[in-house]
Amino acid sequence: MLQVRTRSLAQTHAVAAAIARLSRSGDLLVLAGEMGAGKTAFAQGFGAALGVTEPITSPTFNLVHSYPAGRITLHHADVYRLTTQNEVADLALGELAEDRGIVLVEWGDVVAAVLGDHLAIRLEAVPDDVPETDETDEGGDADATASVGEPVGEAAASDPDEIVDEPRALTITGVGRGWATRWSALEAALGEWAAC
Amino acid sequence: MTMSADAAPTASVGSSKVVLVDSSTVVLGIETSCDETAAALVMGGDDVLSSVVSTQVDLHAQYGGVVPEIASRAHLELLNPIIARAIVEAGVPEQRIDAVACTVGPGLIGALLVGVSAAKALALVWDVPFIGVNHHEAHLYSAFLEDPTLEFPLVALIVSGGHTMLIEMQGHGRYRLLGRTIDDAAGEAFDKVARFLDLGYPGGPAIDRVALHGDPEAIRFPRAMLHDGLDFSFSGVKTSVINHVRKHPDVSAADVAASFQAAVVDVLVAKARRAADQVGAKGLVLGGGVAANSLLREQFLAACVDDGRHGFLPSRAMCTDNAAMIASAGWHRLRSDGPTPLDAGAVPNLRLDFLP
Repeated sequence: MLQVRTRSLAQTHAVAAAIARLSRSGDLLVLAGEMGAGKTAFAQGFGAALGVTEPITSPTFNLVHSYPAGRITLHHADVYRLTTQNEVADLALGELAEDRGIVLVEWGDVVAAVLGDHLAIRLEAVPDDVPETDETDEGGDADATASVGEPVGEAAASDPDEIVDEPRALTITGVGRGWATRWSALEAALGEWAAC
Repeated sequence: MTMSADAAPTASVGSSKVVLVDSSTVVLGIETSCDETAAALVMGGDDVLSSVVSTQVDLHAQYGGVVPEIASRAHLELLNPIIARAIVEAGVPEQRIDAVACTVGPGLIGALLVGVSAAKALALVWDVPFIGVNHHEAHLYSAFLEDPTLEFPLVALIVSGGHTMLIEMQGHGRYRLLGRTIDDAAGEAFDKVARFLDLGYPGGPAIDRVALHGDPEAIRFPRAMLHDGLDFSFSGVKTSVINHVRKHPDVSAADVAASFQAAVVDVLVAKARRAADQVGAKGLVLGGGVAANSLLREQFLAACVDDGRHGFLPSRAMCTDNAAMIASAGWHRLRSDGPTPLDAGAVPNLRLDFLP
């Protein structure tokens, strides 16, 4: 298990990118964490590192979004709305990964038992350090805050100074043998952000 | 412009016979791309003879907001009875059906295949053309179903749980993507905020209802990218609501709902208006599930009146996914492009064919 701390959205994107560079066709990654913890933001950093250029948007309603533009097809799934293993089976995530793809599953911790080998990534907003996105200018013009306080795409990501800190704690666990051979490489790649 | 009668009928080759596409052509539409299983009969592109949608919302509510058996299994069980009911309700014999249109994408492959297989089988059995329809294009055509007086160029704001898009319609089949969400769709933000506030399911109507009793100016939630282009971002406002409620656990849910709704609607209306100005649109069209939201309807229409622009609000029945819009778009596609080959498959990532 690896514990990682990031201090900003840009750093979370960088961690996701480091993991993406070690990922290969057939991999399944499970993203866990509460609403607003940054699962889609992680997927955005991950996809950008694979070469996806179009916006990576939340798949909650459509269940699976696929991005063939990168070096490997990225399948971004969300099982938040699913309750039974039959429904998860319907998404055929394993087949998507086998067909020269990488699958990222949000809320996948709920169904991790049926997913086989995978890398589990849990994201948490760091307690006592909740970002001030709406409090700083209550009653005033919030527009300026809005444009810097949240993940609003390339413009914001390319200018990390403009982003209000969104610190996150990430816990990364390899399940099965798929990641065992890459574990030391992963440790080295994430060393910069190691929590302890 | 009227959609049905003014153009000369064109011939279209089906599997074995020639179909004239005109105002008497009856198309069976089938929709299974996401949560809704639906079938409809539409004559001449805009005369809805029947429209049956199996909204499973009552079932959803029993499960506290989580949808049971979302994917292909439910479509498989529901589709045949729904098609049968659509034909009975239309009051026309099967033999009157001139073509079968079905959503071929975008959507989940398993779900899409249920509809596509049924549509192709029926087209073969009845010996009529099959027409593959793009779900997004069908949303655009739902406006013409209810208001045939709309004139190009149009700007459509499509807002649902899965999509938030601004599209310019220059003519039939001629679209340009003006803006889209870069993270969450507006409907998803409604749903997740409703769930966070424990307001029930579905989230859109729940927020709409509760917001009536709240102060939309109580909390100033961010209007992300309000002055910045035509793309949208709704992830920030969702996170902002969550952070605010965690820090102020005693805050009134009605105030939060009203303030959140005001923030989202402000951005949607401002950008739709700007998009319409930019392309010199004659009309501004609203579509998708969030088009049922009262505040959005009110402010959208007010903006159109202010700007002296033809505004279109769909009926609430037409806001959700339905098959009447599939049949309508299918009629137009059959007229312009002819039938779709039966060996064409479902396309989960199907994009609208945007002009550069």
